[in-house]
Amino acid sequence: MSDEINVSRRQIVGFGSAALAGLALAPGVLLYDLAHGKQPDEAVSGKVRWGMLIDTNNCKDGCNDCVKACNTEAHLSGGTKETDSQWMRKVELKDMRTGRATSLPMMCQHCAEPPCVDVCPTGASFKRADGIVLVDKHICIGCRYCMMACPYKARSFVHEVVTDQNSDLPRGKGVVESCTMCAHRVDRGQTTACAEACASAGHNAILFGDLNDPNSEIAKRVATYATTQVRADLGLNPGIRYQGI
Amino acid sequence: MSVPAQLGKLLNWKWGAVLGALLAVSLVAVAGDEDEGKKSSRVPKPHVVIEKGDKCVEDEAFMKRNHMKLLMHQRDETVHKGIRTTKYSLQNCIDCHASRKNNSVLGSNDNFCQGCHSYVAVKIDCFECHSSKPKPMAARVVAAGNGAVVAADYSGVNK
Repeated sequence: MSDEINVSRRQIVGFGSAALAGLALAPGVLLYDLAHGKQPDEAVSGKVRWGMLIDTNNCKDGCNDCVKACNTEAHLSGGTKETDSQWMRKVELKDMRTGRATSLPMMCQHCAEPPCVDVCPTGASFKRADGIVLVDKHICIGCRYCMMACPYKARSFVHEVVTDQNSDLPRGKGVVESCTMCAHRVDRGQTTACAEACASAGHNAILFGDLNDPNSEIAKRVATYATTQVRADLGLNPGIRYQGI
Repeated sequence: MSVPAQLGKLLNWKWGAVLGALLAVSLVAVAGDEDEGKKSSRVPKPHVVIEKGDKCVEDEAFMKRNHMKLLMHQRDETVHKGIRTTKYSLQNCIDCHASRKNNSVLGSNDNFCQGCHSYVAVKIDCFECHSSKPKPMAARVVAAGNGAVVAADYSGVNK
């Protein structure tokens, strides 16, 4: 009898401390929010806009770590022929008058008004509610209109049979593909493979985050420093922004 | 009673007996065939090896008829809405049903997906893009370490 009472008392103490912990985290802060994750059964929300800020001042000339990480994540060959898939590539810019050289990664810019989506005849090219632009390869017929429409040359067509894919990133012959902003990782609350590789190399040139959340690091940086959208004149409002170009 | 009528009655009785005997013989023959069918299986059957797990996510008979509908629904939910529940995901299928011999659901008619699909002559398009192998253990550990929601029991896969 006394044992039973003790057990229930312990339970009450347990509940009490859990409630206290909840209070300590409140208001409006849950543990999984800290890792910007969502529950697996939760659909992506339009309240979020994922984006990346690339600080070209920190992007080292000749460093290829982000591209390598992308290739490893997506199981790409790493080849740079016209027929090879490249989700991300390094671009070197040089001002011929001053000689100032800039190095930056270029990939799908995850536009708010994506031209690839506008031209897609089947609805395979689409923008997720959280701003990530993707190809639904189940619907893609491989016509490549989107590749022509993209001003950033960000998309690739898969010309050869693919084997040994990443379970999270299916790839196959006959469809168009591009950077997915690591949607499979983002949905789990992780950062993108390129940002992770850049940070672990110590460059910290790529910052991933939610542009819509005023408390996020990326939103603060964008609000503080001058950042550029590549081909801003096209009015596509890309989710990838560059600093120092 | 006239003679022809008596003859007719006799004939009817005789024909009845003959028909009855034939029926009995054919019934025995049918029963014999059934027994034989179970033993020697003259009709080829798909060789389905269910590698892991005692129970599928749904009833077996339901899965046989409806697994493609579940997968199709899940695929749209995942690609368009980012819903990544594991219950009806293709990865979950592969995790349980990949062969222990070659770590895949394809390869030969002994492998789970290929065995049935080649039997019923239905082409599987899934694996032209999707990996037919379970996710490697290392990738799962990385995912879990970053606060991911990973199904609890992956032990015994990918040894």
